[in-house]
Amino acid sequence: MWLMSTDSPPAAAHAAEIPAPTTNPPPGVLALFVAFAKMSLAGFGGVLAFARRGIVEEHRWMTADEFNETFALCHFLPGPNIVNLSVVFGSRFGGIAGAIAAFAGLVGPPMLLVTVLAALYARYGDVDALRRILAGVSCGAVGLLISVVFKMMMPLIKRRDVIGLVVMVAVFIAIGLVRLPLQAVLLVAIPISLAIAVVVRRRATA
Amino acid sequence: MTPNGNPIWALVWTFGLMSLFAVGGANAAIPEMHRVAVDIRHWLTERQFADIYAISQLSPGPNVLIVTLIGYSVAGVAGALAATLAMCVPTAALAYYASRLLTRSSGKSRWPAIIQAALVPLSIGLMAASALIVTQAADRTWAALLVTLAAAVVAAKTRLNPLWILLAGGILGLTGLI
Repeated sequence: MWLMSTDSPPAAAHAAEIPAPTTNPPPGVLALFVAFAKMSLAGFGGVLAFARRGIVEEHRWMTADEFNETFALCHFLPGPNIVNLSVVFGSRFGGIAGAIAAFAGLVGPPMLLVTVLAALYARYGDVDALRRILAGVSCGAVGLLISVVFKMMMPLIKRRDVIGLVVMVAVFIAIGLVRLPLQAVLLVAIPISLAIAVVVRRRATA
Repeated sequence: MTPNGNPIWALVWTFGLMSLFAVGGANAAIPEMHRVAVDIRHWLTERQFADIYAISQLSPGPNVLIVTLIGYSVAGVAGALAATLAMCVPTAALAYYASRLLTRSSGKSRWPAIIQAALVPLSIGLMAASALIVTQAADRTWAALLVTLAAAVVAAKTRLNPLWILLAGGILGLTGLI
């Protein structure tokens, strides 16, 4: 799998001319499990940055370009992006066993930790001091999410992407204010948004 | 249409379906998690939902682990495991096959760019709805809302490690200010 993806003719020609950034041989299943577990346990508030550092810089299993191409795929698939990423990377390196190892490394150890926290919360969640601390942490966590939304919104605003902003606001109203079910909203919104994207692309090239 | 008896099956059904509709990742699916867990099935109260979101942000690992916490509060360790796997496995299988398909075909298609252009505004809208819903769940007082907005400004303007912001929130909370 992994060789196939880099063996396309342009890439091979490129590699012959310039000594391209070298990558190490693909890791085994155990190495994949350990690497993804480490990235995941280091990843407070998002694992992506740690995944990039681990895969590209530390282990050199991929070049930065290969990483970006692979991540682009995970970005428009549904579901937790970083989980998709672990499966796609794992399968590039070691087929289905690699995919399972990377996924288990990413999700298993932090899931154990979170389960312990959940048990502690179920037991002590009503203790006054803990309630007050959690109320404060919630405020911080919500603030972080708001800042992420603003950072994501800025490119649309800077490009004066009116159509994109209209789609964004419409989804916000349907889900956030009217509280419609996600499936229903997406079944309407995705076809409309796709159609708009196709029309915009045609007009840009015409 | 939905199984009502066994809570494990309810979790598997809920999150298995959500997995395939979670455009923009786990944080974009928070409104749907809230709708199902708080409004429809009454698994959690509004305050518990806010607490669980805070705990999930405090812990390392992917954001999707908020479903582990929801699963635990519904059906203990088995619920935690069932909810997590249900939320991850369907989309992971999809990712596995999509990646094999795309490696085989040439990378010249213009569809990935079009799909991305279509989905980006959608997922930002979903994230904005998530922000609104967790704000409503967490911020019951004016002081809380003020701390939230301050945290948002600090996070947007500085490159401070997010953990410090969570920690500062926790300390402010302990003093009873919020």
